[in-house]
Amino acid sequence: MSEQPLFKVTIDNITVEVPAGTTILNAARKIGGDVAPPAMCYYSKLEGSGGKCRTCLVEVSKGSEKDPRPMPKLVASCRTTVMDGMEVKNITSDRVIDARNGVVEFLLINHPLDCPVCDQAGECHLQDLSYEHGKAGTRYEFQRRTFKKHDLGDKIQLHMTRCILCYRCVFTADQLTGKREHGILDRGDHAEIATYIEKNLDNEFIGNVIDVCPVGALTDKTFRFKNRVWFLKPVDAHRDCKTCSGKVTLWNRGDEVYRVTARKDQWGEVEDWICNTCRFDKKQTSDWVIEGPRLIDRHSVIAQGHYAGTVGTHKPTETFEAVHAGRQPKLLMDIHSISEVNQPNITLSQLDRPAHSTDFNHNKD
Amino acid sequence: MGVKLLLEKAHVPGIRFFETYRKEGGYQAVEKALKQMDPAAIVEEVKKSGLRGRGGAGFPAGMKWSFIAKPEGVPRHLVCNADESEPGTFKDRYLMEFLPHLLIEGLIISSFALGSNDTYIYIRGEYAWIVDILEQAIDEAKANGFLGKNILGTGFDCNIYVQRGAGAYICGEETALIESLEGKRGNPRIKPPFPAIEGLWKRPTVVNNVETLAAVVPIINMGGDEYAKIGVGRSTGTKLISACGNINKPGVYEIDMTISVEEFIYSDEYCGGIANGKRLKACIPGGSSVPILPANLLLKTAKGETRLMNYESLSDGGFATGSMMGSGGFIVLDEDQCIVKNTYTLARFYRHESCGQCSPCREGTGWMEKILKNIDTGKGKMSDIDLLWDIQRKIEGNTICPLGDAAAWPVAAAIRHFRDEFEWHVNHPEDAQKRNYGLAHYADPIHVPA
Repeated sequence: MSEQPLFKVTIDNITVEVPAGTTILNAARKIGGDVAPPAMCYYSKLEGSGGKCRTCLVEVSKGSEKDPRPMPKLVASCRTTVMDGMEVKNITSDRVIDARNGVVEFLLINHPLDCPVCDQAGECHLQDLSYEHGKAGTRYEFQRRTFKKHDLGDKIQLHMTRCILCYRCVFTADQLTGKREHGILDRGDHAEIATYIEKNLDNEFIGNVIDVCPVGALTDKTFRFKNRVWFLKPVDAHRDCKTCSGKVTLWNRGDEVYRVTARKDQWGEVEDWICNTCRFDKKQTSDWVIEGPRLIDRHSVIAQGHYAGTVGTHKPTETFEAVHAGRQPKLLMDIHSISEVNQPNITLSQLDRPAHSTDFNHNKD
Repeated sequence: MGVKLLLEKAHVPGIRFFETYRKEGGYQAVEKALKQMDPAAIVEEVKKSGLRGRGGAGFPAGMKWSFIAKPEGVPRHLVCNADESEPGTFKDRYLMEFLPHLLIEGLIISSFALGSNDTYIYIRGEYAWIVDILEQAIDEAKANGFLGKNILGTGFDCNIYVQRGAGAYICGEETALIESLEGKRGNPRIKPPFPAIEGLWKRPTVVNNVETLAAVVPIINMGGDEYAKIGVGRSTGTKLISACGNINKPGVYEIDMTISVEEFIYSDEYCGGIANGKRLKACIPGGSSVPILPANLLLKTAKGETRLMNYESLSDGGFATGSMMGSGGFIVLDEDQCIVKNTYTLARFYRHESCGQCSPCREGTGWMEKILKNIDTGKGKMSDIDLLWDIQRKIEGNTICPLGDAAAWPVAAAIRHFRDEFEWHVNHPEDAQKRNYGLAHYADPIHVPA
């Protein structure tokens, strides 16, 4: 393992060393913060995912140490591997920001924007993305594409109208369940995720498609319209499960378990896949061993009211002088320089009487 | 009279059959290549010829061949891209219909050069009757010892299989073609890895156009250097042009890339002028996805030179004042044609054919179509024109495969060169429903919005 060569890659002027074969996106995630490009379709746990949504486009301003030519087009950072000495521009490139705004606009033109009635609201990646990159208004003046709602089995509902065709659920079903029963039908903007003739999705692990869905296209029917996610308190819990790891996040209000999901990391990706029994059937607190509160640190609305891990932990580490790099604080207005009171031409202490305003006005004429 | 290398014998009666084709000098190139040359020499010869891919992009074929990876013990494949679906392009159809053995001959030589023992022809589903023609030609070649095991006693085995597509334009993109050939949904793959490293069934694969592979036959027969002498500059050899639109003689013509566009349109040898004595308005010189050019920029470049029918000259001036050779689908529009309607038709096509994999193309093509429909039917607004420009700019270059570019370019070029016509449609919606704009006032339409 130690023999693996490390590549130096500079993303937005921050250099990081990563093993050969790492994608630009994962290198940027190593740096974290704003430098990590958003990803709607890439999912590190799903082989073959990525490259489709185009939100993670970045500019490669220097190909590598050996071949410093920049790449002519913006590249999908989730599917482009780093080269030694590569220089990447993400948020420092106007081209990238422009293209990303365009992609967000494209993703939103056929999205119903029914967030007020959508169960995904609060933990929706598209919501986050449009907060960061979207515009307040739309330039799209046509009817949006709509589909009928479908039930994929008795526990999952598919609402294609909200789908952004990231293909994550297709990959999940393909790689997790062995026998895939759904896929993409049709093409272009009328393409849809569908099963053959309303066939039910029947597999112990199929519930994970709900967790991988970045928007509200696949929702948990046992949770639909029960509550808003930001009113719920996420707690880590586990149970002895024969089929899966049993490590889950419970979403509680009071003592009631409203829903069960897999644990998601800071990029919104599932840590351990969980089985349908854990997800849909175990909705009693007594079913679970509670471990403690779950830290939600990235999502927009869902983090409201859950400051655990944020407040008080981020103390400023730099002093004022360090931030200002030795510069003196700039005063808005230096009163000493404009008032004569403090710079009289006579020495006030040498007067044998109280000072009068006339003493200050001598340079008036 | 230009040189004809491919279509010289196209009208010999019975050339479709092996006997006649052989009698007319066919399969000599196979004998020469397999008996006297080794694979590297053939690749070298194709490199020397300067043959450029005839499918649209114009990438040097010899170069493409030399990129193919040769890992030990892994079979390699050659795939012939006969999924000719670009509106306005029908040269491959003609070639395969009349000279199936020319393609088979080119395929045998190329397979030998690349070491492909299983070679595939992926043909457009709508060309159903050509599948029969090709399969008959393959059977005849096999019966005569030019295909199958131990060809001509050289120990080289090669089989050619014909696979029909199911009617998707996107399957003409090489990685989507490979996906489709593997039996999957025809979605383009994300590159890298390129097919030359990991293609069909994860094996090194070369995908070439029908015409490119057919051109290998004259290259072997006459030698790469001789072939390179035909044409000008980096546009060597002959090119098939499928001319259509408002011309007197639509059809497939073989040109040697030295003639001017003006000669091609107006001479009796080729298109024979604009039909019904009308005037030339515009032309899409290389299949529907290349930028449209107004008449003044079509006949002369921005520098005032005569524009020739070859790769360099047609793309002279970049997209601001030039276009592309593309696949050779030469679409001529006369003064009665409406550019807005024409652009709308193309946008509708690309919307229908977008695979829906990546968001800019999936959503953008549909959006452009709807706006263009509005402008065409008199419901457009002035801001729509700038919006169209912005949409195409955000699609171009940001997609997985070139279909996004192909959808963006026609719209961009139409606005760039015929903005006055779009504005007329917006300002005079009632007029626009009754009559056509006619010839544009293209003084110097080099206004390029940022």
